[in-house]
Amino acid sequence: MKGTNLGEFEELMLLTIAALMEEAYSVAICDELVQHTGRSVKLGVVHAVLHRLEEKGFVESQLGESTKTRGGKRKRFYQLTIPGKAALVRAKSMRDQLWDRIPSLVWKKA
Amino acid sequence: MSVRQPTHDSDRDNHPQPPRWAQRFVEWYCKPQLAEDLLGDLHEYFERNVESIGSRRAKLIYIIDAFKFFRPYTVRAPKFIKLFINWIMIGSYIKTSGRNLMRNKLFSFINIVGLAVSMSVGLLLIAFVLDLYSYDKFHENGDRIYRITNAVASNGVQNGKFGTTSIKTGKLIREKMTGVEEVAILRSDFSQDAKVGDNVVPIKGFWAEPSLFRIFTFPMLEGNPATALNDPYSIVLTETAAKKLFGNGSALGKAIKFDTLDYQVTGVMKDVPFFSHIHFEALVSFATAEKINKNDQRFEAWENMYSNYVYLLLPENADKVSIQSQLDAIAREENRAEERTKIQLELLPLDEIVVGEELRRPMGPTGPHMPPVVVWILGGLAFVVILCACFNYSNLSMARAMRRFKEVGLRKAIGAGKSQIRYQFLAEAIIISLAALLLSYAIFLLLRPQLINIAPEMQHMVKLELTPSMVVAFIVFSIAVGMVAGFMPALFFSKVSAINALRNVSSVKVFQHVMVKRTLVVIQYTVTLIFITATAVGYVQYKNILAFDLGFKTENILNINMQGNNPDVLLKELGEMPEVTALSRSLIITSIGNAWGGYMKSEDSRDSVLVLTNHVDENYLPLHEHKLAAGGNFKARPTTANAATEVIVNEQVLKRLNIGAGDPEKAIGEEITFNSFQVHGRKMTIVGVMKDFHYGRVENLIEPVAFMFWTPGDRAVINAKIQSTDMVGTLAKIESVWKKTDRIHPFQAEFYDKAIEAAYSEFSAMVKIIGFLSFLAISIASMGLFGMVVFTTETRLKEISIRKIMGATSGSLVFLLSRDFLLLLATAALIALPATYVFFEKVVLTNFPYHTPVQIAELFVGLLVVLLIAFIMIGSQTIKAARSNPAEVLKSE
Repeated sequence: MKGTNLGEFEELMLLTIAALMEEAYSVAICDELVQHTGRSVKLGVVHAVLHRLEEKGFVESQLGESTKTRGGKRKRFYQLTIPGKAALVRAKSMRDQLWDRIPSLVWKKA
Repeated sequence: MSVRQPTHDSDRDNHPQPPRWAQRFVEWYCKPQLAEDLLGDLHEYFERNVESIGSRRAKLIYIIDAFKFFRPYTVRAPKFIKLFINWIMIGSYIKTSGRNLMRNKLFSFINIVGLAVSMSVGLLLIAFVLDLYSYDKFHENGDRIYRITNAVASNGVQNGKFGTTSIKTGKLIREKMTGVEEVAILRSDFSQDAKVGDNVVPIKGFWAEPSLFRIFTFPMLEGNPATALNDPYSIVLTETAAKKLFGNGSALGKAIKFDTLDYQVTGVMKDVPFFSHIHFEALVSFATAEKINKNDQRFEAWENMYSNYVYLLLPENADKVSIQSQLDAIAREENRAEERTKIQLELLPLDEIVVGEELRRPMGPTGPHMPPVVVWILGGLAFVVILCACFNYSNLSMARAMRRFKEVGLRKAIGAGKSQIRYQFLAEAIIISLAALLLSYAIFLLLRPQLINIAPEMQHMVKLELTPSMVVAFIVFSIAVGMVAGFMPALFFSKVSAINALRNVSSVKVFQHVMVKRTLVVIQYTVTLIFITATAVGYVQYKNILAFDLGFKTENILNINMQGNNPDVLLKELGEMPEVTALSRSLIITSIGNAWGGYMKSEDSRDSVLVLTNHVDENYLPLHEHKLAAGGNFKARPTTANAATEVIVNEQVLKRLNIGAGDPEKAIGEEITFNSFQVHGRKMTIVGVMKDFHYGRVENLIEPVAFMFWTPGDRAVINAKIQSTDMVGTLAKIESVWKKTDRIHPFQAEFYDKAIEAAYSEFSAMVKIIGFLSFLAISIASMGLFGMVVFTTETRLKEISIRKIMGATSGSLVFLLSRDFLLLLATAALIALPATYVFFEKVVLTNFPYHTPVQIAELFVGLLVVLLIAFIMIGSQTIKAARSNPAEVLKSE
C-alpha cells in the first residue's frame, strides 16, 4: 500500500463512487464526474486514478455480469472500502474544521 | 475469460466495429487482469462515439485511446525479467559446464579451438568494418558535409562517376545556389620541394579555400583559421610538416621557398587524423593556384574536372531536393555550351566517401575506399566459416547425448522445466564461446599484421587497434556465436523425457537426429570444398593474369620514375653501365591501370574515338619488343610537343577509325587529327602500326592505342633493360647514380613484372583471404569429422567386437565404419564442385574477357586434399577400433 493521503481528484472520485453505489464502474464514474464538475475528464485518467485508489486500499473492485453492449466485455465495479470511507470522512471533517475557523466577517468584507 | 467479440450476424453486418488490430494491441501489452475492463470501456465509448460523431472518427478515437492506455501500470512485465531470473542460475551453469569441459577433454578442445579459430576471423572482420566506419567521424558537422560528384558522359557514352568536379562548379554553387551554408574548393596535386635555408623537404598537400576550415574540423595550433588561407602564397602546415621544415621553433610567419617563390606560413594545424579520407601535409591558399594559372583559360573550364574537389556544408534539415534541382539547373546551363561532354552533378554525403559507391579519381592515390559489396562478401564468407564452427559444436554436443541424458533426466526429475534445460545448454555454449573469445583474441593479435600487410592499400586504410566499441562488439559477437552454437543442443536436450532417460539410457533414440547431423556434415564439407576449390581456381587464374601475354615483353625492365628531373644525365650514366643493355624513355607505364588519352579522328571516321596514349622515345618499341604490323619507328626527333607529328598506332585504331581497309600497310602515311587536354586538333601522320597489345588491365578489352614521341616537356619514366647476375648490387649501383641527379627524393624504381603484380594486388589479397578461410574451413571441418568418428567408433565398439568374433576382417570393418562418412563426403563433392565451376565460369570470369577456362584438374585438387585429410581422420580411428581386442571390450559388460 502506498501513502494514504487523498488528492483532490481522488477525493472527488471516491465521492462519485460512493454516490453511484452499485453502478460505479469506469465509464459511469467518468460521466458523473463530467456532469458534476464540468471538467473534461478523460477515461485514461479515471482508469489510472482508480488503479491508484485500489493500490492505496481505498476501493475494491470485482467484475460484473457480461453484457451485450461493451463488445461482450464485463464491467469492473468499484466500491469503497472501510479505509476509503474513513479517508473521505477524515477529509470532510478537516475541511469542516477549517470552514468553521473562518469568521463570517471575512466574507462580508469581500 | 473470453476477450473475443460475440458474433451476432446482425451486429457485424450493419454495425461498425472498432479496429481489430487496436484491440489486439491492447490485449498484447495489457496485463490480463486489466485487459477485459479496459477493452470494455473502450468499446462502450466507441459505441457512443459512433452515435454522436460517426464511425470514422470513433475508430480514430478508439485507436488513440488504445495507445493512451499504454501506461506503466497497465503494461505487463516484459519477458526479459523472467529471463533475468534464469540468468541468476548462471553460477550453477558455470559449475556444471566447467565439470563437463573437464570430463570430455577431447571434445572441449575441439569445440573451443574450433570456435576460437573461426571467431578470430569474425574479430578481424569486426575490427576491419568498425575501422572503415570510423572514418571522418571527427568532423563536428560531419552529417552536414557533402562532396559534389560528377557523372560524365562523353559522346553519349557513360564515362563513370567521378569524385572530382570542376572549379567552375564550386564557384557557380557559391554564386547561384541558395540553402548552402559553405562551399570549399580543394585542388589536389600540390607536390613540391619546400626550401628553408639549406633544408629541402618534399611537401604534399592541396590548394584550399579558407572556407575549408569552416566546413571541416581541422584544429589550428598557431595562426587564425579564418584568415590563414586568404592571401596568395600563404601556406598552412601540419605539425609534422612544420617540424620537418623548422625543427622545434615556431613556424608561423616564416617563409618557405617553393621553386623560386616565397610562401608565408600563416598557420600550423594539428596533423590530420589517420581516419580521414583527406590526407595532406600542407594546405596552400587557393588564391595561389588562381594566380599561377591566371593565364590558363582551361583552369576554370566546366569540363576540366579531374583534380578538384568541392565540398558543401548544408544547414540543418537542408532541403536536399531543392539543392539537387539547383545543381541540375547549373549542370543544364553549362552542358548547353558543351558539345561532347555532358556532366551531371550530385551530392555525396561525407560518410559514403570511404565506404560507398566506386568513384573514379578518389582523393589522391592514398584516398581509402571500400565498396560495401566487398564488406558484404567478406562478411558472408566469415559468417559461413563461423557457422561451420557452430555446426561442429552442435554436432559434437548432440553426439555426446548418451553421456548427458542421465544428467538431463535427473534435472528434469527433480523439477527442471524445458526452458531451464534450454538455458543450461545455451549458457554452456555461451561460456565456451566466451572462453574461445580469449583464445581467439590471441589469434587475432597474430593475424592482425598479416591482414594489414596483405595489400599495400590496407596499411593506409585500417589500423585494427582495439577501441572500447570494438571490445563491446567482440563480446556481443562471442555471445551471439554461443547462442547460435548452443541453439540446437538446447532444443534437442530440452525434449528428452525424464522417465526414458532415467529408466534406460539406451532406450532413448540417440540417432533420432541423425538426419540433422548428416545434413550439417554435408553442409560443412560442401562449404569447405567450395572454399578450397575456389582458392585453387583463383590462384591459377591469378597466376595466369600475371603470366598473361600482354603483347610485349616486360622481363628485366626496371622503370625508374624521374620525379620531375631531367632524364638526360641519368640516361647517360646508365648507358655507361655494363649491366644496362638498353634504355628508353616514356611518359607512363602501361598495363598496370594507368591511362592517358585523347580523341582521334580520321577522314573516314564519323565520330572521334577515345584513344589511349603514351609518349615514348625511339628506343621504346625495340626495348619492349612491340611487334609491328607495318611501318617503322619514329623518324623525326622533335624536341617540343608541338613539333611531334608522327604517331604509331595499334590495329584497333585502324579498325575503329576505319583506316586502310584492314590492311595496315595502307594506313602508313595516313593523317589523323588528335585532340586532348594539351593538344587541340593537331594533324599527325601514322608512321607505324603495332600489333594489338594490352594497354589497360586484363579485365579490359584491348583498346585503341597511339604512341607519340616523347619530348622533354613530358614527365619521364626511364625504362632500363637490365642483364645482371647480382640484381641487388646492380640496383644499389643505379641508386647511387640516381643520387647524382637528385639528392632530395628517394630513388623510385620498380621492375615491370613487380609493378604488374602490384597492380593486381587486390586479386592476390582476395586469393590469400579465401585461401586462409579455406584453411580454417578445412581445419574446422576436420576437427568436427574427427570428433564424430571418435564418437561413432566408441559407441559401436561392441558391435565391432561381436562382428570380429563372428569372423569379420579388419578391412571389412573399416569399410563398414567409414562408408557412411564417405557417402556424406561424396554428396558434398557433388554439390560443391559444380557450384564452384558455375560460379567462376558464369560470375567471376565473365569480367575477364581473355581468361583461361577453369580446368577440371584445379577443381579436383581441392577435392583430393579434403578427401585425403578426411581419410586420415576416419582411417586412424576406424583402424584403431577394428584392431581392438574383442575380449577386452566385451569383458566389461
